[in-house]
Amino acid sequence: MSAVELVLVDAGGTNIGSVRYALERLGVFAEVSDDAQRIARATHVILPGVGAAGPGMQRLREAGLIDVLRGLSQPVLGVCLGMQLLFEHSEEGDTTCLGVVPGQVRRIEGSARRRVPHMGWNRLDVLTDDPLLGGLGADAHAYFVHSYAVASAAHTLASTDYGSALAAIVRHRNFHGMQFHPERSAAVGARLLRNFLDS
Amino acid sequence: MLTRRLIPCLDVRDGRVVKGVRFRDHVVVGDIVDLALRYRDEGADELVFYDITASPQGRSVDRAWVERVARVIDIPFCVAGGIRDVDAARQVLHAGADKISVNSPALERPSLIDELAAAFGVQCVVVGIDSLREADGEWRVRQYTGDPERMQALARRTLDWVVEVQQRGAGEIVLNCMDADGVRGGYDIEQLAAVRSCCGVPLVASGGAGAPAHFLEVFAVADADAALAASVFHSGAIRIPDLKRFLADNQVEVRP
Repeated sequence: MSAVELVLVDAGGTNIGSVRYALERLGVFAEVSDDAQRIARATHVILPGVGAAGPGMQRLREAGLIDVLRGLSQPVLGVCLGMQLLFEHSEEGDTTCLGVVPGQVRRIEGSARRRVPHMGWNRLDVLTDDPLLGGLGADAHAYFVHSYAVASAAHTLASTDYGSALAAIVRHRNFHGMQFHPERSAAVGARLLRNFLDS
Repeated sequence: MLTRRLIPCLDVRDGRVVKGVRFRDHVVVGDIVDLALRYRDEGADELVFYDITASPQGRSVDRAWVERVARVIDIPFCVAGGIRDVDAARQVLHAGADKISVNSPALERPSLIDELAAAFGVQCVVVGIDSLREADGEWRVRQYTGDPERMQALARRTLDWVVEVQQRGAGEIVLNCMDADGVRGGYDIEQLAAVRSCCGVPLVASGGAGAPAHFLEVFAVADADAALAASVFHSGAIRIPDLKRFLADNQVEVRP
């Protein structure tokens, strides 16, 4: 793993520390940066994120990272809000996102049985064979916390059932996304992060 | 489907985990990181660390232990106690906590909830409510319950407060039913069901767990999303793997 040079993009999310610690538990020391050149040189890039889409995109814009992120060809992983920012548009604050994965982010509609935010451990239902999902058992659960989501569609590798099928893990070209928090999803999350680092 | 969560609550005083009965007479039960790891290994779905001295003493949470926990723990955890402004919340979240929980400071100044939700998103913002049934039959909230000297009864009805905190941006509500707390006679199902009926965000039941059947009841009858407990877990009276097996055998979905 010595070849991995990982950069965590500082998009102002509060989970950067947690993601960094999760990577450290895997023996990988990530640099946190919002420097375009540093990010472009990395072997792997992770875009963590907690918060709202509008301020998240605003922060990337202010750091001059929009085009840099769009143009990356190395493996990129968006986590939670970071995954949502990979899509074309988010209903949250009517925000234009990076548009590197086709699809729209919409608010989860609440009901008596469907509380919003979707918070807790939900099962990952594997839809497609992909190296990113290697070693994932049939009953793997991950920790979700989100009020906005992408419906399971063409680029969804694994979905989760919350009244309807939501995209849990997506991939389009070199852009990967996880709607849940791998850094807080115990052994399942550690395995998925390891798979990403091996990609 | 979304599984129901089991959440050990670790009351923290001066950097150690303690437990008392009905919020009094605390004794040390262990080191924070040791206990956190033990519960993670046993299959706890989430942890809550409640700094019981920070809020009544007007102190903020000590960031050092939050960071120590965040480094070793790979399940979500929430920190409660002593968070009275956005800066204090940011410290705790940046130290690695996934959520912050506010209780007394939100009663002092309800707009704190709006500010936290605006700064970090509702998914980080948990509102804890300590509630007690009074002689007239109404449930009302209590403030500063961490300190018997300062504890205050408020005129605020629990159900009104539940509605208001959601409007202000609570992403989760922890309802601690004080009549039941620490005495292991079961969760306050009637109160939890009443709160559930006006709670559209995840609801965490707290106070009263003494037997596996109490957990089954709180999920199957009161429809809580998560159940929080302390003494039955700390004492080893209930082991989480056994409890999960019991719940699964009774058609409650839990994380394997």
